[in-house]
Amino acid sequence: MAVLVIAEHDNQVLKTSTLNTITAAQKINNEVHLIILGKDIQTLSDTSKSIHLISKVLKCDNEKLENFLPEILAPIIVKTALSYSHVIAPASTFGKNLLPRISALLDTTQVSDIIGIENENTFIRPIYAGNAISHVQTNQEINLLTIRPSSFEKCENSGGEATLEEIPFIDSEAKTHFVSKEVSKSDRPELGSARIVVSGGRGLENSDNFKLLYDLADKLNAAVGASRAAVDSGYIGNEYQVGQTGKMVAPELYIAVGISGAIQHLAGMKESKVIVAINKDLEAPIFNVADYGLSSDLFQAIPEIIKELDLLNQIDS
Amino acid sequence: MKLVYFIEIQMKVLVAVKRVVDYKVQIRVKSDNSGVETQNVKMSVNPPDENAIEEAVKLKEQGIATETIAISIGEDKCQDVLRTSMAMGIDRSILVKSQNSLEPLAVAKTLKKIIEKEKPDLVLMGKQAIDDDSNQTGQILSALLNWPQGCFISSLKIEDKKVLISREVDEGIEKLETSLPAVLTCDLRLNTPRFASLPNIMKAKKKPLEAIEIETLDIDIEPKIKTLKVIDPPTRKAGVMVKDVKELVQKLKNEAKVI
Repeated sequence: MAVLVIAEHDNQVLKTSTLNTITAAQKINNEVHLIILGKDIQTLSDTSKSIHLISKVLKCDNEKLENFLPEILAPIIVKTALSYSHVIAPASTFGKNLLPRISALLDTTQVSDIIGIENENTFIRPIYAGNAISHVQTNQEINLLTIRPSSFEKCENSGGEATLEEIPFIDSEAKTHFVSKEVSKSDRPELGSARIVVSGGRGLENSDNFKLLYDLADKLNAAVGASRAAVDSGYIGNEYQVGQTGKMVAPELYIAVGISGAIQHLAGMKESKVIVAINKDLEAPIFNVADYGLSSDLFQAIPEIIKELDLLNQIDS
Repeated sequence: MKLVYFIEIQMKVLVAVKRVVDYKVQIRVKSDNSGVETQNVKMSVNPPDENAIEEAVKLKEQGIATETIAISIGEDKCQDVLRTSMAMGIDRSILVKSQNSLEPLAVAKTLKKIIEKEKPDLVLMGKQAIDDDSNQTGQILSALLNWPQGCFISSLKIEDKKVLISREVDEGIEKLETSLPAVLTCDLRLNTPRFASLPNIMKAKKKPLEAIEIETLDIDIEPKIKTLKVIDPPTRKAGVMVKDVKELVQKLKNEAKVI
């Protein structure tokens, strides 16, 4: 039986997490279908047909699906899920919010936040903030999985020729109403899929000082992240938090600035390829996971790095 | 003489609390790779569940909630997290005794049974447990009860019958309006949990704690997922300290080749 991937999108474009999820689905079965639920998603569904590796796009278009309330999405997906062996969603706040409802309605136990797939029913997932790795086996009629997007490459967005099928909308009496969404606008790359992430902690001392970090991020075309301490202190919004209860990232380069490195933070970034730690405190645990450590005052170091990068750019050009 | 009739509006809040290895403990994988060592390790209330307790107690203090109940599922020792909850201000507790560790689906089914009996108007719990990091129970429970679901909330306002919540989502903050009864899961930024004072810890010892055997609830708690092994994560090999920014940038460019 085929594998069903639940698309995460904003009614206009697919989120990168969807492309990561498709790659994970391919490791289970060659036949992967994509279900897209939203409002005015004709264009989105049409362009999704060309995703490499997808053989069918299922589309449910209704104005009530605009804000992706799980109470409305779940019954529609459940009906479709019955003809699949696996249903997979990204372990983003979208997937985390939605898939357990499907688990309840199908009376099936879900496996959360998978970072590796051994075979169609054996999966690898971190527990205890990544301080232990669990290998689990599930052999249920329908297997429900969320995967950690940063653990799987994104699949090609072109080259495919999927068919498109409309599925009926099922109306649920939703008692929950969408009010608003405050989305931070930024021209920087998405935190979850950026090649370079520059992250700040309590060492930055206030929100104004985060500007230093933004300057460095812009120089490197990097996304900005933060530790929980920085978010809790109000230096930066929650959407930037990296860690056990925030986002999981695994960029090629992670630069931790003024972050001490609590295990909860390390949980979110220690899969990064190269880690740089800049901290005054030589005892900071972040240095234990860093490939390159610099014990220095960040307020001096960051402007110097920016200067060095400018020099490099001059030489290159 | 004018008679004033008070119609007492009941508003019960149920808080689900999990007993987990304390967040400061560096955990150890068991030598037979069957799991993580939890014997002789400091155990505490799951941190985001503390936020749920705090919120329930605040609702009572504000006169919105009339009764607060904490519930935990597990071995006898889970009494300690229930006593902590009551020391923080929860009125009474229920322990559902189970020798086996339950999957989120079984936890939600257990909670549902208790909810059918207790009939709370609001169920609060942490958004995830920091041991298995599943982040499922609240969502499952909400679906089983067919109640509104509000996950990862960082603010809660109850006005008349309206419930206004802010949810922490990947893009920022989402605001929803819903109604009671509802299931809400709490983010760490919802509030700052209070410390239990010594007098309150003493008082909590006298608060009611009811124990129920899970077998009497007649639910399917059989695990559907088998743990094959639990292993240590791969360790990163030790890196180097660089002497200055110049060296750092050179190494990133020429050695790591990432910039």
